[in-house]
Amino acid sequence: MEGMAGTRSRLTWAVNLAALLLVVLWTIPTLGLLISSFRDRDQIAASGWWRAALPAEQNEIFRAPPPETAVPEGPLWVLEGNVFGEAGGSVAAFGLSAREPKAFAPGETATGRAGDTLTVESDGAFRITYPEAPEAGRGDRIFVTTTTPPRLTLENYETVIVAQGLGRAFLNTFTVTIPATVIPILIAAFAAYALAWMRFPGRALILACIVGLLVVPLQMTLIPLLRLHNAIGLDKGYLGIWLAHTAFGLPMAVFLLRNYIAGLPREIIESARVDGATEFEIFRRIVLPLSFPALASFAIFQFLWVWNDLLVATVFLGNAPDQLVMTGVLRELLGSLGGEWEILAASAFVSISMPLLVFFGLQRYLVRGLLAGSVKGG
Amino acid sequence: MEQLAFASATIVIGIFGCVLWFWGSNWLLDRALPPRGPNAARNIGRAARVRPWLFLGPALLVLAVYLVWPVVLSVWLSLHDASGQRFVGLGNWRWLIADDKFRESMRNNLLWLLIVPAASTLFGLIAASLTDRLRWGDLAKSLIFMPMAISFIGASVIWKFIYDFRGEGQAQIGLLNAVVEGLGGAPQTWLTLSPWNNLMLMAVLIWIQTGFAMVILSAALRGIPEETVEAAVLDGASPLQIFFKIKVPQIWGTIAVVWTTITILVLKVFDIVLAMTNGQWGTQVLANLMFDWMFRGNDTGRASAVALVIMLLVTPIMIWNIRTARREGM
Repeated sequence: MEGMAGTRSRLTWAVNLAALLLVVLWTIPTLGLLISSFRDRDQIAASGWWRAALPAEQNEIFRAPPPETAVPEGPLWVLEGNVFGEAGGSVAAFGLSAREPKAFAPGETATGRAGDTLTVESDGAFRITYPEAPEAGRGDRIFVTTTTPPRLTLENYETVIVAQGLGRAFLNTFTVTIPATVIPILIAAFAAYALAWMRFPGRALILACIVGLLVVPLQMTLIPLLRLHNAIGLDKGYLGIWLAHTAFGLPMAVFLLRNYIAGLPREIIESARVDGATEFEIFRRIVLPLSFPALASFAIFQFLWVWNDLLVATVFLGNAPDQLVMTGVLRELLGSLGGEWEILAASAFVSISMPLLVFFGLQRYLVRGLLAGSVKGG
Repeated sequence: MEQLAFASATIVIGIFGCVLWFWGSNWLLDRALPPRGPNAARNIGRAARVRPWLFLGPALLVLAVYLVWPVVLSVWLSLHDASGQRFVGLGNWRWLIADDKFRESMRNNLLWLLIVPAASTLFGLIAASLTDRLRWGDLAKSLIFMPMAISFIGASVIWKFIYDFRGEGQAQIGLLNAVVEGLGGAPQTWLTLSPWNNLMLMAVLIWIQTGFAMVILSAALRGIPEETVEAAVLDGASPLQIFFKIKVPQIWGTIAVVWTTITILVLKVFDIVLAMTNGQWGTQVLANLMFDWMFRGNDTGRASAVALVIMLLVTPIMIWNIRTARREGM
């Protein structure tokens, strides 16, 4: 018995470890960008985000003021200042040449070829002395290795929301998403009720068509719909994208809702019919309230899908700031500033904050919808 | 603000319009064919024939105009020139077959089709069977499922950061290159490294879809009858044997559903390629090629032809879905 218990506990350990590994692998990408969105540009460039909690070490070159500004002091000419200017920081090492940028520890005195000396304190204060009056020219270069204490900032978020127009894009995305979520639900609920509880010729055919339309690639529809919108004077604008999203979400909506409504207990609906309720009353008083879980599931799906969509927005909306959605802004930023990670990271998090909130808040409905959508119908 | 008011107004008008349509048309129907009085029986019968179409009308109209008609028009457009004016017969299709970028896209799409559904389903299966045994399983599931909520473009930013490359002498801030360097290798510009860059892009979609596969497969695994597993335990089967010989065969149907769902998604993959490489360095795929010809090439004929190829690739799955749905009594 003891042996078996031992195997079992070892197995539990292995399962825990393997699961932990998976979870870490799956969360680290997001975590990395999240941490980076709180670091400033220099910190991001100086060290990987996994070192965010450690002081960042950076090699910098500081140019001293021109030698002729040195002031006489006893037998020497002296230049003083601070390599950090006003900013502050701490110096880990310094040097006179690019070959040996870390030759001296702070507080030591380095002596150059012409007898001049350089001292850099750890707070950045430096003192250069010349044995005789220096000639005019460019200032000496001081190589310093600085360490900046770990620092988290919200500045990136401020920048992207105001300067990069993400605040506006957030509004635009909302403008697209809300009607594009509500309208298809309404239309689909009625259709689903008819398909579930009314008998009429052609019902099976319509159902088969809707299952078929579930997988029609959006790419197929873009060019014809753009032509259609132009022809009827809709052009690029919110009305067009609402209609498009309504249509693209409709097969899934009808499919999910029909499956759910068809599963409602027959007796309730039959007895209401016997009592003389009209179909419209049955739908509004009985079917709609009972279908709330399915309606919620679909609403979450559609919300996430519309919020995260780039393709439909690119095609049916313009490029001007009053129509650009967040995914569009992100795409433009990725194209134009490949290396400015502090901007990209903060922008990405502004745009995925909403879906993540919805996801963690309403995960139960999302899972239920997924199961209804794929296990049953394929 | 103005547009929010516009949006709210649209919602109100939209909802009001829908309600008005459904309520009004039903009311009119009941007025025209009252379900009482001398002709009650005949009227009820007639009304019952009309009413489904009142309920279905708006949905059918939208589906016909926005999904069915475009498929038909696309076929027509694919037989016409760039501006859709002049009939060119099979010209676009001949161009398609000879085009290098199209061949590259087909090859890459095939790779995506082979690798992404397989990897996502496999990881999902592993994740499902691991997390189902844990006390913190729900938390673990949530975290693995989370990428599902992130947009493809957001995920592209996240992963581009992982693949980031810095020149020699600089600290690597991309995780992958830091790991490679830590293991003694040389950092790479991963996204330009053909053909491996295709795998780098696929990783993004696998990362997103594993959670989906996990959720569905986990539900299927929990639906397996206890007796089958208990019988195997009594017969002295090892955990691995139980998993592969008892559990997996019982959820083949669900695995197939997950597989095909991800397959359809893969055929439409667009945002990831657009954002990370824009099809350069040998990473082009069909959906992005179509987008290229539509917007940069301004050639509706060629773009429609590419779109139709995607449609053709999806069609077998579509037929299979319809047959499954009908068999299940829809």
